[in-house]
Order: sequence, then structure tokens, then C-alpha cells
Amino acid sequence: MTRFPRSVREGLTDAWLVGPATLALLTFIFLPVVIVAVLSFTDYQFGARSFGWIGLENYEKLFGSTLGRRALSNTLLYVAIVIPASVGLGLVVAAGLHRLADWAPALSNVLRAVYFLPVAATLVAMSVAWQMMLHPTLGVVNQTLVALGGQPQNWLSDRGIVLYTLAAIGIWQTVGYNMVLFLAGLAAIPADLYDAAEVDGAGGNWSRFWTVTWPMLGPTTLFVLVITATNAFRVFETVATLTKGGPAFASDTLVYALYREGFVYFKAGYASAITMVFFAVLLALTLIQFRIVERRVHYR
Amino acid sequence: MRLGTLLGRCLSLGLLVLGALAVLLPFLWMISLAFKPQDEIFSATVQLLPSRIEWANFVKALTETDVPRYLFNGAVVVLGILVFQILFAVPCAYALAQRRFKGRTVIFALTLAALLVPFHVTAIPIFLGFAQAGILNTYWALILPFVPTAFGIFLFRQFLAQVPSELFDAARVDGLSETEIVWRIAFPLALPAATAFAIFSITAHWNDLFWPLIATTDPNLATPPRGILYFRDEESGDDVGPLMAAAALITAPLVIAFLLAQRKFTQGLATGGLKG
Repeated sequence: MTRFPRSVREGLTDAWLVGPATLALLTFIFLPVVIVAVLSFTDYQFGARSFGWIGLENYEKLFGSTLGRRALSNTLLYVAIVIPASVGLGLVVAAGLHRLADWAPALSNVLRAVYFLPVAATLVAMSVAWQMMLHPTLGVVNQTLVALGGQPQNWLSDRGIVLYTLAAIGIWQTVGYNMVLFLAGLAAIPADLYDAAEVDGAGGNWSRFWTVTWPMLGPTTLFVLVITATNAFRVFETVATLTKGGPAFASDTLVYALYREGFVYFKAGYASAITMVFFAVLLALTLIQFRIVERRVHYR
Repeated sequence: MRLGTLLGRCLSLGLLVLGALAVLLPFLWMISLAFKPQDEIFSATVQLLPSRIEWANFVKALTETDVPRYLFNGAVVVLGILVFQILFAVPCAYALAQRRFKGRTVIFALTLAALLVPFHVTAIPIFLGFAQAGILNTYWALILPFVPTAFGIFLFRQFLAQVPSELFDAARVDGLSETEIVWRIAFPLALPAATAFAIFSITAHWNDLFWPLIATTDPNLATPPRGILYFRDEESGDDVGPLMAAAALITAPLVIAFLLAQRKFTQGLATGGLKG
């Protein structure tokens, strides 16, 4: 090859164009994945000079200890609340705004912007605002509750409530995102399908929804479900801002546990095992997501 | 039937507005507290509108706290990340889309595989590496991990693959080097993709708390989300007004940008969600 200066030049050009990005991917993504996988089988601590191989002990600790199990079950419960609520509300709002656009397009656009606002807003700053709203005595939520004759609650410091409070904030933050995806799905449904349904006697709102809208939205819904799950599994900002996993680990989640064990207690080995479990779940979800995207393309 | 339609419309409109107000409530409450005089913040009755507009909270947040510093850090980090991401991703995407070379499929497969890795997974090794290199608590620590963007490469590649190759051939005939083609032809053509990517990247990194919490302990380097937590943890309870003013100031840039360019923003953030 060296006898052909042109091809060498071309090869150098390719390396110059592709090399930096490829090297960066290898250094900051692939190498770290290998390292974290290896570390998960050790008892390494940040700053230590040596480490020992401990096999699956870290994983046993995560799945066997009360604390590890609590982080797992809290995350699952959080995800199990956020998915149906956020996807369901996203669909309802999208369907409503889609109809509204027929006779009040400007209003529909304004409302769409409002619902989407939490997606663009800085979640940590908004969590600080939520904290004020949820303040036991000075917060608007309890003040309204009391004014209506209800019992004030410790939304962020009651073990039985705290996870639901965080889930509610999670839903508040993600409904607008799902709404946008559903609106795109709704816009893609050909209008003549509705005409055909009307000819076949499905003219009412409900029968239109069940005979045309819902089946046509199938792929979108699947996609939204998986994306919502992926995002809910990563819940971190609200936990770190509002509860730090407390009280008594009642709102501890997988990513927060990974942060605390790794970067507060410096247990790199154990935190790596948490990372690997988190990674496995997200990997499965993302692969499902890719399959759905692929299928959508094939169907078109 | 017509009455039924009217009733149905009123009902659905009512519910949609009610829901929108619920979504808006934290924003309204934040702004309301930010403009309230201190005694009204601690009043026991619910009152959304302040009796008078109190600017002192904003003045205090901007002059007596580090909030301007946090906003500045946020801008440096977010723009630094974006510039490097584009510098690395666009040439690579151009080569993957428009050039034939050995290893092209391997590198594209590598990009797709990298899309599967959430940032959290790489945090521990990167922290270890940065500690070794002694660059924790620098702007570099906040910027470097996000420079390789599989999502960016993928997005730009998909976009540039649709551009007819004759266009680039013509540029070559005109004597442009490949590097010149990347920045003077391919990048301007890919500007719509770049806008969507920029919106996604800026939003993600302005709002990120996870990595700044890990990579920095120096309050002088705090990004806006990290900074507001410093502020909150330091204030003893009588600075609620300034704290809310700070929250509003930190949220404002993205919210205002979103309101000004709604379509682009929605598009950018929706595309970004495809990246697991």
C-alpha cells in the first residue's frame, strides 16, 4: 500500500476524520464498561492500594441484604407507579389536545406548551420549589388540605408516603414528554380511517377511539411505555434533592444507592455491582426499544 | 347531538385546563414566592398573588449569593460540551455516511453499541481515571466525559447519508480538502440535525446533577443544579424568597428558550429520548 501515496493519503484522511471520535468512544464508554464489570467482582475501595477478588459477593449483598433489596423494590415500585400513570395521562392529554386542535388550535398549542414545560425545566430547581410546596406547615399543599378539612401529611419525611410523593413528581415531569410522542402518533393516523369507521357505524367518540385510534397507536404506545420505563429506572435528581434516599432508606433507589455507595462511602466494588444490575435492566429495555423502532419502520 | 358535542367539548376543555393548571402550579408557586415579601412567605394562609412585587429576593440572589457564578459555570460547561461534541462527531459522521473505508461498518456498529450504555454505567471508572489524572474539580472533569457522543454521531450520520454524494464530489473537484468539506459543506447542510442535537445536549447538561455531584466538590465549579443545592443547604430557613428567586433564575434560560422556539425544542427533546 505504501507504494500508492494516494491510498495512503486517503487512509490518513479517514483516520483523521474518524479517529478522534472512535478513540473517545473507546476511552470514555467501552473501556469504563469493561472496568466497571471487572470491579463488580472485587472489594475495591476508592483510594485503596490493592483489592481482592470476591466473586459474586457484591451481587449477593445487593440481592440478599435488606438495604440492597429495598433499593431494588423501591425502584420497581416507583417504576410501576410512574409507567401507567404517566403513559395513561400522556395519552388522555394528547387525545384531548388533538381534538381541541380541530376547533381551537391556538388554545391547544398553549396547553401543549404548558404540559411540556416540566420536560424542559431544570428538575433540581423545580424539586426545590416542590419542597416548598410540600413543606409540612408552610407548604401550599398542606395548607390547602387543612383548609379543606383534611389531615396535613409529611410528604417527604413519612416512610409510608415518601416514595409516592416522588412518583407524583416523576409523573408531573414526564406526562408532557409522553403527550408529545402520542400527539405525533395521532397526527400520523390517516383521516379516512375515521371516515371508514363512521361508515361502518363507529361514529361516537368512544367507538372511534377503540376501533381506530387505539389500534393505530399500538406501536407508539409500546414505544412510550419502554421510554418511560427507561427514564423512571434512572430516577436520581428528585431523590438526591428531596430525600437523599431517606427517611430510613424508604426512598432509596438503584441509581441513588449507586451514587451513595460509590461516591459517599467510596465502596467502588459494591457500587460497580449495583451499576451492572442497573445496566442489565436498561440494556434489556433499550433492546426492546430498538426492536420496536425497527418494527415500526418495517410496517410503514 | 349538537348539544352533546358542545357539552363534550366544554367538559374536555375544562379537564385539560385543570390539568394544565396542576402542571403549572409548581412554576406559579416558585415565582409567587420569589416575588413575595418575607412576612407573606411565612403566612399561614394560602395566597398565590403577593400583595406587592418584592424585587429584593432577586437582588439578594444575584448580588449576595453565588448564583451568577453557577449560571456562568453552567454556560461554560454546557457550551464546552457542545463544541467538543460537534468537533468530534461531525467529521466521524461525515466519513461514516459518505466515505468508503476499511472498518467503516465496525465503527458504525461501535457507535450503535455505545448508544446502549447509559452515562451512569461509566461514572465509577471515569471518576477513578480522573482522580488518577488529578483533574477532578476542574471544568475539564465536567466536560470531557460527554465529548464522545454516540447519539450525535448517529444523528449526523443518518442526516448526511441522505445527502446525494454528487454534492461532495463536486466540492472535491473544486479542490476542497475533506476537512474543508466537513465544515463548509456537510456541517451547514446538517444544521437542522445540529439544532435538534444542540437543544438536546444543552438541556441534558444544564439540568444534570449526577455527574457534577460526583466530579466536583468545589462550590466555585458548581453548575446550576449543584449550586442551588449548596444555596439551599446553607440557608437556614429565612432565605426562602431568594432561594426561590435562584430556582427561577436557573430554570429561566431553558424555559424561555423553549417558549421562544417550541417546535424546535419539542423536536430536539423528543429525538433525544430515542437515545436510551
